[in-house]
Amino acid sequence: MHTKITAATLAGSFAAALAMAASPAVAQKSDQQKAGQEKCYGVAMAGKNDCAAGPGTSCAGTAKVDYQGNAWKYVPKGTCTTMKTPKGMGSLTPKQS
Amino acid sequence: MFAPIQAEFACALLDPDRPVPQGLRAYTSQRPTRRFAVYRNNVVAGLVNALRAKFPATMRIVGDDFFAAMARVFVMTRPPRTRILHTYGDDLGDFIEEFAPAAELPYLADVARLEAVRTRAYHAADAESLPAAAFSAVDPHTIGSLRVTLHPSLGIVRSRHPVVTIWMMNAGEVEFGPVNENEREDALVLRPGMQVAVRKLPAGGAAFLLALASGATLAEAASCAATDDPDFDLTANLAGMILSGAMTACTPAEGSMP
Repeated sequence: MHTKITAATLAGSFAAALAMAASPAVAQKSDQQKAGQEKCYGVAMAGKNDCAAGPGTSCAGTAKVDYQGNAWKYVPKGTCTTMKTPKGMGSLTPKQS
Repeated sequence: MFAPIQAEFACALLDPDRPVPQGLRAYTSQRPTRRFAVYRNNVVAGLVNALRAKFPATMRIVGDDFFAAMARVFVMTRPPRTRILHTYGDDLGDFIEEFAPAAELPYLADVARLEAVRTRAYHAADAESLPAAAFSAVDPHTIGSLRVTLHPSLGIVRSRHPVVTIWMMNAGEVEFGPVNENEREDALVLRPGMQVAVRKLPAGGAAFLLALASGATLAEAASCAATDDPDFDLTANLAGMILSGAMTACTPAEGSMP
């Protein structure tokens, strides 16, 4: 099925869209957006190539070999357990595998 | 001569069962097993941390332990192919799709795709969005033949799951609440200023934008979108595009404008 849009529909929709975009409430919102352009430099991802093995794995000392793929032992137990309960805001009890 | 050494070194880095590469020496040892283990651990842990930084919502959904374990498998099976770290993990969504332990969370792959598109938008070229005023000069009767240039940061994620709602809850943008797993949501990612914004696209909105991105006129794109979803609302979509700053230029049909 192919839906055709007439020129008149397009013209009407365009005029209505412009009217929506020009409403005062919306103009105020885009000012707020502009203000947001000045800040927020700090979110660039930092380089992660340095010594990054984390606590208990000092670069100079013992290397805890924690990179073996043992994901099959794990069951997801983050917020998915909250979102999955029928009422939404459920318990955080991890699912028993 | 050097290439085989590099290849062996690279393999040994990602496979803890392999011995220290031949010819590797330290001034303290002829076979620096422990030192190599430290280095190997750092490479993997560093990449896992890069993925943690890029996929915070995905990590929150599955929890830190699961994410770290999954990320380690990802790192070992799909090591970086370029030195540009911010593109690493762009295919994590595809990986999750095939990753059996995550199978019970069918929406997880799309959340990861959305987070990858957010990072891409963050690093995309800066561009000025067309303000609403720029469109008042356009003759409404020729609007159908208009073509637009979309913002370089614009990205779309189409999903069979409520990906935007799930992402927003896990990014701290909205409160946790009931999620209807049968809902389909398409996401629009855009960075008109400095901040990456994620919005839920209205019905047919993804088809509309994708058609425009491929060079279709507004009329062609609108009919594409209405075919994709009968609930497509042209006015709402046009207003949304203007207000979100999705366009950086518009080109009228030849001969119809000065």
